Amino acid sequence: MARAAVGRPSAAAPFPASALARRPSRVRRFWRNPFAVVSAGYVIVMIGATAAAPLVTPYAPDRIVLGQDLRPPSAQHWLGTDQNGRDEFARLLYGARISLAIGIVAVLVSVTLGTLIGAAAGAFGGLVDALPMRLTDAMLAIPLFFLLLAALAALGSTVLNIVLVIGLSSWMTTARVVRSEVLRAVNLEYVTAARALGAGSRRVIARHLLPQAFPSMLVASTLGVGQAILAESALSYLGVGVQPPTASWGNMLSHAQNYVFASPLLALWPGIAILLTVLAFNFIGDAVRDTLSPYQA
Amino acid sequence: MQRYIVSRLGHSVILLVFVSMLTFVLIHAAPGGPAILLAPEMTGQQIQQAEKSLGLDEPLPVQYVRWLGNVARGHLGESFGAGLPVTQLIADRLPATLELVGTGLVLSVAAGVAIGIVSAVHRYSIVDHLSTGIAFFGMSVPVFWFGLMLIIVFSTTLHILPSAGAYTLGAATSVGDRLAHLALPAIVLAMANLAQITRYTRSSMLEVLNADFLRTARAKGVSGRAVVYHHALRNALIPIVTVIALAIPRLVGGVAITESVFTWPGMGQLAVDSALQRDYPMIMGITLMVSIVVVATNFLTDLSYLLLDPRVELG
Repeated sequence: MARAAVGRPSAAAPFPASALARRPSRVRRFWRNPFAVVSAGYVIVMIGATAAAPLVTPYAPDRIVLGQDLRPPSAQHWLGTDQNGRDEFARLLYGARISLAIGIVAVLVSVTLGTLIGAAAGAFGGLVDALPMRLTDAMLAIPLFFLLLAALAALGSTVLNIVLVIGLSSWMTTARVVRSEVLRAVNLEYVTAARALGAGSRRVIARHLLPQAFPSMLVASTLGVGQAILAESALSYLGVGVQPPTASWGNMLSHAQNYVFASPLLALWPGIAILLTVLAFNFIGDAVRDTLSPYQA
Repeated sequence: MQRYIVSRLGHSVILLVFVSMLTFVLIHAAPGGPAILLAPEMTGQQIQQAEKSLGLDEPLPVQYVRWLGNVARGHLGESFGAGLPVTQLIADRLPATLELVGTGLVLSVAAGVAIGIVSAVHRYSIVDHLSTGIAFFGMSVPVFWFGLMLIIVFSTTLHILPSAGAYTLGAATSVGDRLAHLALPAIVLAMANLAQITRYTRSSMLEVLNADFLRTARAKGVSGRAVVYHHALRNALIPIVTVIALAIPRLVGGVAITESVFTWPGMGQLAVDSALQRDYPMIMGITLMVSIVVVATNFLTDLSYLLLDPRVELG
């Protein structure tokens, strides 16, 4: 109860009761956004189909059939076959597992790291604030993508490395946002009150400061999934993404490029899959932002 | 004012040193080494000799200080791969990249600001929804796939625009030819930034349109058009400076892939190759140059705020 009441003291809600009463309308606000609803439906269906991939398609994603290469779409092969005679639809489904996993886990890494750094910087101040924030500035000034390439070339392009490298290079925005939210809350009365009651700094951060930053973290995470999927596809294009024969949307796209004249459709499918998925996460993130902070433009 | 500028300059230089240190540690810390030391036919002794001649056998701090000293004297070292000075390799490729990034920047800022203003003024109109759609598309499309699709449509199907290079090889250079080659890559590069610029302009314009002084202006009888273009736009344009500053690092990030899709003879390929081959001096040189551009842009942005907006005070 008490926690819900202090959910957003800065918003125009003088009484705890009105803050509580606004809760359901926030959810309704989200569901009233048609793009967000369609996107959420799409993501749910896609995750379901991907998880149940063997039930959705009879083909194995890496079964090579000689003499069946680069076939156009047909009743047997809904989206045709690739350069090795593998079913394109099956590869797209199984590739979604890798691409989504990379997107989601990379975001978990980056949001966790960003939150830790941002919360510590905002709550403690002094050197704990100055050093990480200078690091953030520096990281934002480096052409990171280029260093990702160097790192992956050195470490080898395993899925784990790709996730770590993307996650470790994208925490800066979260750190900045969380820090500013924490800074805004750190001197409010209820935080001082909690301190006066003897709450330790860990408890103050976890129970009183971080809930303030939660909406921003949620927005950053949703948008981040899309960005991480795009990053994987870009790394694949340059040859340091997920390595074959494992299918990922990025490496399907980058291989299809070689057959763009013989079979242009092959480059179309994974591109559309990436586009729709990233689009869906962006729409959801945007709607979440509108829902949680309606007073921001 | 003067003191502010000097102190900001000092901060920028410290930040750059920090960036270079970070890059230096990151590229050296990873396992493996420069590709030239991994040639299978080299014996252990030859590798040791090569390491010694490149100065890689010394402790990292020593290597870094030496690099920094050389930079202070204007030397970025020699590329491991090509054996040529890094400054020369960069200078050879830089003009093409600047041409592409510059065009992409102008294109995205011009289109983004125009679309943003129209969407704010005609909020929730078809134009507004359409521009939101374009913005989301730009944010969500994989850069190289978009490039590939444009090549398929405009080059291989319609045959109206070339798909590769900066000019037709062996033909006399003409402005038209260069512009035709520039069109597709510049559009691809601009698309990735259009979203941010459009949305930022739209929201900053909306904020101003709802401001009290505009209501006063309307109440005094200023016409709708004059309110928008005379009163609102001026104030909305200030935050747009920030957008341009934000766009530059993104453009630099996107340019490597765009150049590679359109085989543009710029720095992108050089950067990618040097990263993959772990050509330390080349990586350091390129990173340093890009960070200087980014840090300088941030500096100039803050400065322009001071000049453009009398409400901003020195903090």
